[in-house]
Amino acid sequence: MNATTAMEVNAEARRILAVSISKLYASRTQRGGLRLHRSLLLSMVMRSARDIYHSSREIEGQSDAQPTSEPMETSSDQTVPEPQPELQPAVNAAEPPSEESDSEDEGCDSDIAEDKENMSPTKQSRKRRGKAAAAPDFLPSKRARLEPGEERYAAQLGSCRAGAAESLTALSLNLNRVIPAF
Amino acid sequence: MGEDTDATPTLNHRGFLPDHNYVTEADIISTVEFNHTGELLATGDKGGRVVIFQREPECKIEPFSQGEYNVYSTFQSHEPEFDYLKSLEIEEKINKIRWLPQQNAAHFLLSTNDKTIKLWKVSERDKRPEGYNLKDEEGRIKDLSTVTSLQVPVLMPMDLMVEVSPRRVFANAHTYHVNSISVNSDYQTYMSADDLRINLWHLDITDRSFNIVDIKPTNMEDLTEVITAAEFHPHHCNLFVYSSSKGTLRLCDMREAALCDKHSKLFEEPEDPSARSFFSEIVSSVSDVKFSHSGRYLLTRDYLTAKVWDLNMESKPLETYQVHDYLRSKLCSLYENDCIFDKFECAWNGSDSVIMTGAYNNFFRMFDRNTKRDVTLEASRESSKPRAVLKPRRVCAAGGKRRKDDISVDSLDFTKKILHTAWHPTENIIAIAATNNLYIFQDKLNSEMH
Repeated sequence: MNATTAMEVNAEARRILAVSISKLYASRTQRGGLRLHRSLLLSMVMRSARDIYHSSREIEGQSDAQPTSEPMETSSDQTVPEPQPELQPAVNAAEPPSEESDSEDEGCDSDIAEDKENMSPTKQSRKRRGKAAAAPDFLPSKRARLEPGEERYAAQLGSCRAGAAESLTALSLNLNRVIPAF
Repeated sequence: MGEDTDATPTLNHRGFLPDHNYVTEADIISTVEFNHTGELLATGDKGGRVVIFQREPECKIEPFSQGEYNVYSTFQSHEPEFDYLKSLEIEEKINKIRWLPQQNAAHFLLSTNDKTIKLWKVSERDKRPEGYNLKDEEGRIKDLSTVTSLQVPVLMPMDLMVEVSPRRVFANAHTYHVNSISVNSDYQTYMSADDLRINLWHLDITDRSFNIVDIKPTNMEDLTEVITAAEFHPHHCNLFVYSSSKGTLRLCDMREAALCDKHSKLFEEPEDPSARSFFSEIVSSVSDVKFSHSGRYLLTRDYLTAKVWDLNMESKPLETYQVHDYLRSKLCSLYENDCIFDKFECAWNGSDSVIMTGAYNNFFRMFDRNTKRDVTLEASRESSKPRAVLKPRRVCAAGGKRRKDDISVDSLDFTKKILHTAWHPTENIIAIAATNNLYIFQDKLNSEMH
């Protein structure tokens, strides 16, 4: 796959991911509750799109002869065990958001550490890549804002946090979350 | 075969305003089922109602009025409910109706929504007792001093009344959404299947059921497939089949173990690696599975194809029929407009020689297994004047040679989908549910099965 095709595939994967995310959130307000089958299929499509997105970005990165811009992501894929397609239909609103951010940070930190070991110093980008910088452009950039009258604690429930501003990295790790409500 | 089909549409006009394209959502038909003799046809809708049609006895005097279906009874089967524990609304939509074989004058059917299955008794009353001693004609209690002699009440004929009453309510057995029910050939038990579990019930016992299949993983993160449909074998009361979202079928034998997690046979077609795409998993998910009347074959429907499997061959299907292969290149748009999640049903004819399934644009397809011919027909008001013969339709792929009257793929109406179809158990009569309308087509020239 050359760089141009990789870019097209990348764009397609991003679009599918964006569509899937909006479907996932829409399904939470559907009458009759979350449909397990539909959520499973959505998450499978998201997984394929995410994998293709990553691999096409790698190819782009390689063909540009630049270090891969998100070493954190590729290694996070390796460290997260995936013997079978894993499922996460929806982030549980009841889950304390602090848990998520802790595990993400830990995962990312250990990954960066691991990566630094493996990568040669010359190739390693000197710029520190935070999660925000890795945010792909298909996700809206503004953070979720509170509606007037909403209390702050309500906004911290998973539904807002997992929304707009999350980076793809955080999303990769989120995708491994379970359907805890069931 | 299909070309000779005569259209005698019985249209359900509920909620359809002719001047607007507005359809009340509650009137959308969600299931269609003939009873075992074909005399009765039941439909369920999104509003939780069941409408039963009865076939008029054939009249020798007027040859054209033979066997039309008219409304027999209408009742509210399920109401919307609220699960307070999970803060979830439970839809009243009827997912499936299954008739019990008739054993006395009354008819029985099972209807289910996402969580609760109900057994309904449908009986006729055409006589009424008259001549009570203690009550007068209007039902008022008589003054005892006026009663001077005793009489025996006599049954007098009255206008036919169809009474429907709930006999059993089978509730609280499913955590997930019920997608199938199937009555066993022993006529004593039936099963209900949700996304992860299948329960076996006795028709007389409502407070408990046996769990016979459980595919819920200990860790929900490991979930890879769900149950999409299940059915009992038509003759062997110990065998049943269930289909999965991965495109596999599992035949289970209840004699082997109490919990039938381990299948007796696994029917799976190896995936074609060249056809892999983002949406391979979605299109391979089986939406319906039906045993043939003989019990020898299985018919499955996934998004693009219908397949016939031989129970004796697990490695691949016997026959594969392309229902609308022209959609294969449009999966991305169908994903965006949600059509890729549509669950089409399929049906056998009485002799297992023809299979039928629905498609988009109010088209439905029939495949003759012997002649290998297939036909596409349309269920619409314009093409279905009473007594009119249905004209076969054709969809031409974009860029292909186009004949007059062909429809191009891009002008298909994806909001008009035929998900539910049923075939009379013995005759060439089919019932097609097109959104909120029910079409019944009869094959006049070939009314006998051959």
